[in-house]
Amino acid sequence: MDTGPVVVVGAGQAALEATAALRAGGHTEPITLVGAETVPPYARPPLSKGFLTGRVGTDELWLRPESFFARQDVTSVLGDPVVEIDRDADRVRLASGEWIGYGTLILATGSSPRRLSVPGAGLEGVVALRSLSDAEELRCALREAGDLLVVGGGFIGLEVASVARGLGLRVTVVEAGPRLMGRSVGGTLSAHLAALHRAGGTRVLLERELVALRGERGRVQVAELNDGTRLAADVVVVGIGALPNTALAAQAGLTTGNGVVVDRWLRTSGRNVYAIGDCARFPTPHAARPVRLESVQNASDQARCVAAGLTGNRRPYTSVPWFWTEQCGVRVQMAGLTLPHDRAVVSGSAAEGRFTVFRFRDGRLVGAESVNRSADHMITRRLLADGAAGPAPDEVARPGFDIRRHLSRTG
Amino acid sequence: MAKITYKHPDGTETVVEVAAPNTVMRGAKLNNVEGIVAQCGGSAQCGTCHVYIDEGNRLPLPEMHEAEDDVLYGTASERRPTSRLSCQLPVSEDIDGLVVHLPPTQT
Ligand SMILES: Cc1cc2nc3c(=O)[nH]c(=O)nc-3n(C[C@H](O)[C@H](O)[C@H](O)COP(=O)(O)OP(=O)(O)OC[C@H]3O[C@@H](n4cnc5c(N)ncnc54)[C@H](O)[C@@H]3O)c2cc1C
Repeated sequence: MDTGPVVVVGAGQAALEATAALRAGGHTEPITLVGAETVPPYARPPLSKGFLTGRVGTDELWLRPESFFARQDVTSVLGDPVVEIDRDADRVRLASGEWIGYGTLILATGSSPRRLSVPGAGLEGVVALRSLSDAEELRCALREAGDLLVVGGGFIGLEVASVARGLGLRVTVVEAGPRLMGRSVGGTLSAHLAALHRAGGTRVLLERELVALRGERGRVQVAELNDGTRLAADVVVVGIGALPNTALAAQAGLTTGNGVVVDRWLRTSGRNVYAIGDCARFPTPHAARPVRLESVQNASDQARCVAAGLTGNRRPYTSVPWFWTEQCGVRVQMAGLTLPHDRAVVSGSAAEGRFTVFRFRDGRLVGAESVNRSADHMITRRLLADGAAGPAPDEVARPGFDIRRHLSRTG
Repeated sequence: MAKITYKHPDGTETVVEVAAPNTVMRGAKLNNVEGIVAQCGGSAQCGTCHVYIDEGNRLPLPEMHEAEDDVLYGTASERRPTSRLSCQLPVSEDIDGLVVHLPPTQT
């Protein structure tokens, strides 16, 4: 396919993977990666995990060595964001004023943390974790802090809570909803993780909201909740979700709405313009409605799908969504998009800390949430990818159920 | 330092020197060897750094942990007796000369 020069906006997970996959797929036209951050593409997952303890060093975050760009003949422009897309002339303008022409444009602008809107949200010590520099700031702050408040019981907040407990801090998690990770997982897993965090010494406060942060000399010290509770806090981590970076696309007149809207081939409403990763909202066979997902799997698989299309192997994006998180020393893995579902069957033992919740819609397996049961997770992913029927709910409910039998059946 | 050979499905190979304390997965990344995806970055969660150890291998490799074994049940390319996750193979002089075959697909 004649793509013309490719320009990728963003230099994160999706952007890098798209570039690598284009070259691996034999693409020879010029490629330019334009990133707002000053550092080369890196992995974000360790930022809320091993990076905070020092177990994972900065060197281990880079997705490719420095030599990648020269070797693959890819131009990277860092620290100079794209500020305008001129769709009539097929070119983008950078903050520095430079124009770059494209034959194909890939938007991989990611997402930004939702900001707190309470008084005191701007105090020092209040951190929303997204970038390497946020993580460096948090890592320093955790070293000196005694009391950590995590606002929001989602993945990132809970991972930070878990790490901070390990470092010996007093930790409180405040979640407005009735359970942890309520938007992404079912009640069984929520309850299991809440119990693990509490057993580890973290205070988990549900159905409670932060109303104000107070401090002295510009630094946060105290948090006030809507029930009048006051908590000591020298570091506050805000983990209340993320919003897609769509401003650039919207300004250019591309269709947006909780993400840059794309079709099954990840094409935006604009000619030769694609969107991938955290910023894209796409239709998928795994959900009834278009979705926007924030995961490495999604960024990486969408990048490869677009690259395949541009190197002569066009196919719709159908990958099975999956996600992982590490908290309280357990491996939690999720396959498929399980909400809404109408039946959940647990296999294994929550008491022993090894179980999978298999979820069904109209009697059909739609996903699984596993704790220390990676085989269940992996095989569920495979069954969903193959469109295989998978086990029926009653079969899962029977004692001694082993999903590995289904693998051999689908071969 | 260890010399590691990555054999690609198309019959070509890439031979690189990898320093400890890296893994065979990381060795591929550091040397621009494509064909290993490693979405989870090396925590044995994703199964996208799957390799086949060369049949003739005599070098000592670490025993497989349960998590690795579990993950290998769902790799995109078929599991064989020689299957390993390359993120679970630390590089040391003991595995100097290791040959791994990259599977046709990781995702
Ligand atoms: C702390 C943390 C922990 C996470 N843990 C996990 C995990 O355990 N598992 C998992 O699957 N996922 C995890 N994620 C999510 C995962 O990292 C993201 O889904 C993934 O990085 C998305 O890739 P992306 O390329 O779409 O966005 P990003 O990696 O965010 O890259 C987008 C880049 O585009 C840049 N950009 C934005 N606008 C412009 C512009 N106009 N011009 C130029 N550049 C621009 C941004 O600065 C950014 O660098 C985590 C995320 C965070 C923040």
